[in-house]
Amino acid sequence: MEVPALLEDTAALLPHVTVLITGLVVLVLDLFPLPRSRWAIEAVSLVGLALAFACALCQAGGEPRAVFMGMAVVDGLGGFFNAAFVLIAALTVLLSASYVRREGIRPGEYYALILFATLGFMFVGSASDLVMMFLAIETFSMATYILAGLLRDTPRSLESAFKYFMLGAFSSAFFLYGIATVYGSLGTTNLLALSQAMSEQGTSPLLLMGMGLLIVGLGFKVAVVPFHMWVPDVYEGAPTAVTAFMTAGPKAAAFAALLRVFAQGFGAPAFSAEWVPIFAVLAALTMLLGNIVAIVQQSVKRMLAYSSIAHAGYAFVALVAHNAAGAGSVLYYLVAYAFMSLGAFTVLLIVARRDDQRHAFDDYAGLGATNPALAAIMALFMFALAGFPPTAGFAGKFYVFSAAAQSGYYVLAVIGVLTSVVSVVYYARVVILMYMHEPDVEAPRIRLAPTSMAALGVTVFGVLYMGIFPGGVMQFAARSVAFLFPG
Amino acid sequence: MIPVPYYLVISAVLFVTGAVGVLLRRNALIMLMSLELMLNAVNLSFVAYARMLNDTGGHVIVFLNIAVAAAEAVVGLAILLTIFRNRETVNVDHLNLMRH
Repeated sequence: MEVPALLEDTAALLPHVTVLITGLVVLVLDLFPLPRSRWAIEAVSLVGLALAFACALCQAGGEPRAVFMGMAVVDGLGGFFNAAFVLIAALTVLLSASYVRREGIRPGEYYALILFATLGFMFVGSASDLVMMFLAIETFSMATYILAGLLRDTPRSLESAFKYFMLGAFSSAFFLYGIATVYGSLGTTNLLALSQAMSEQGTSPLLLMGMGLLIVGLGFKVAVVPFHMWVPDVYEGAPTAVTAFMTAGPKAAAFAALLRVFAQGFGAPAFSAEWVPIFAVLAALTMLLGNIVAIVQQSVKRMLAYSSIAHAGYAFVALVAHNAAGAGSVLYYLVAYAFMSLGAFTVLLIVARRDDQRHAFDDYAGLGATNPALAAIMALFMFALAGFPPTAGFAGKFYVFSAAAQSGYYVLAVIGVLTSVVSVVYYARVVILMYMHEPDVEAPRIRLAPTSMAALGVTVFGVLYMGIFPGGVMQFAARSVAFLFPG
Repeated sequence: MIPVPYYLVISAVLFVTGAVGVLLRRNALIMLMSLELMLNAVNLSFVAYARMLNDTGGHVIVFLNIAVAAAEAVVGLAILLTIFRNRETVNVDHLNLMRH
C-alpha cells in the first residue's frame, strides 16, 4: 500500500484516530501526578470525544467508501454508530466523574480503558471484513473485562470480571469458528465479497453451520435468550459506572456487528430466509424471559440487568423485520435505550453512595420526600424504559413494532406490546416506593456533583427530545441505513 | 498427503473438547486452557481451509488470532491472579456471591 493512499485512508478514519489519540494522551497524563490531574484527564477525554463526535457527524453523509484494502468502510451506518458510541462514551465520562473520586479508582486507567473500548465499538461499526470485526470485538471486550474487575479489593467486582471474561472469550471462540467456516465455504471474509460469492454459489450446509456459529457468538455479546445467563451476575457485580457503560456500549456495538454481518453480508432475500426465523424465535424468548424474570428481583441494579436483556429483545424484533424501517429503528432504539439506561444508572450511582452498596428496592423508599428532583428524574427514566409517551422509549417501541408489522411479524409485535405491559409492574415498583413509602430515618439529603448533574441533564433532554420530536433522529437513522435496502 | 477434511474433523473435535472443558471443569486455570484449545482448534481449521482454497489470507488470519489469544490469556490470568490473592481459590464453585 502506497504512502499517499495510507494517509488518505487514515484521514477517512478521523473519528477513530481522534479517540485513539485521546486515549493515549490520557494514559500519558496519568504518568504526571499534577495537582488537578483528575480534572485534566476528564477534560481531555471530553474534548477528544467532542472532536470525534464532530468528525463522525461530518462523515455521516457521503457515499460508502472502502478503506485499508476493504478492511473498513466509511458509510452512513458507520457514521451513525460512531456518533452514537462517542456520545455514550462522553456520557459515561460525565456520570463516572464523581464515582471515580468516591471509590478511589485510578482515573488514568479508567478513562483510557473507556476510550479504548469506544475505539473498539467504532471499529465494529466500520468493519467490512469479518476478521476486522473479530479484532474490533476483542478490543472492546478486553477493555470491558478489565473495567468490570477494576475494584481489585471487591470480591463481587472480581467475580463479575471473571464471569464476563469466561463467557466473553467463550463466545468469541464461537464467533471465530463461524468466521473460519464461512471463509472455508465461500473463500473470503470480506462482507461485500461474501454477499456476492453467496449469490453465485448459493447456500451449503457448511455455510449454514458458519452462520449458526456467528449467531451463537454474537448472541452471547448481545445477550439474547438463551445466551443471556452471564448478564445478571456480571452487571450486578461490576462497578456501577461500568455497568452503565456495559448496558449501552457493548450492546450497541454487538447490534452494529449484527447489522453488518446479517443485514449487509447475509442480507440478500435468498439467505435472509435462513436466519430471520431463528432471529424471530430468539427475539420472542428474550422479550418474554427478560421481562418476566425482572419482576422477582430484589435489587434495582439486577432488575435493570434483566431490563437490558428485555430491551435487547425489542431491538432484535427490528432486526427480524429486515427492511429499511427495521434497520432504521434498530439505530433509533439503541440511542434511545442508551439515554434511558445511562440516565437510570446515573441515579443508581447517586443513590448507592460510598462503597456502591445501596441498590436494593428498599433503598429507594421515600426518595420522593427526601430528594424530590432526583426522584422525579428516576421516575421519568422508569416510565421511559416501560415505554410510556412522550418519551424516547415509547417512540422507539412504536418504530420497532410498526417495522415488524410491516414485514408481517404480527405475533412478535403482539408479544412485544404485551411484555411491555408486564414490564410496567417492575418499573412502577420503583416509582411507588419513591413516592408512597416513608423514607429511612437516617436518609440524608443527597448533594449532586456538577458532572452528575450534567449527565442527568443530557440524558433527560435526550429522552424527552427523542420522545417529543422523534423525527429528527429517526430521519438521520433512516438515511444512514438507506444503502442497505436499495429500492 | 493427508486430505484436508481430516484436519477439519480434528479441528472440530478439538473445539468441542475445549467447549466441554469450559462448561464442565471447575478449576479456572483448566477452563482457561480449554479456551485456548478452542481458539487453536479454529486456527487449525483456518490453515486447513487456506490450504484447500490455495489462499494466503487464511494463514494471515491465524497470526492475528495467535496475537489475540495471547492478549486474552494475559487479561484472563490477571483477573484470576487477583481473585486468587483475594479469595485463595481458583475453583469457580466458590465464585457465587451473586446467586439469589
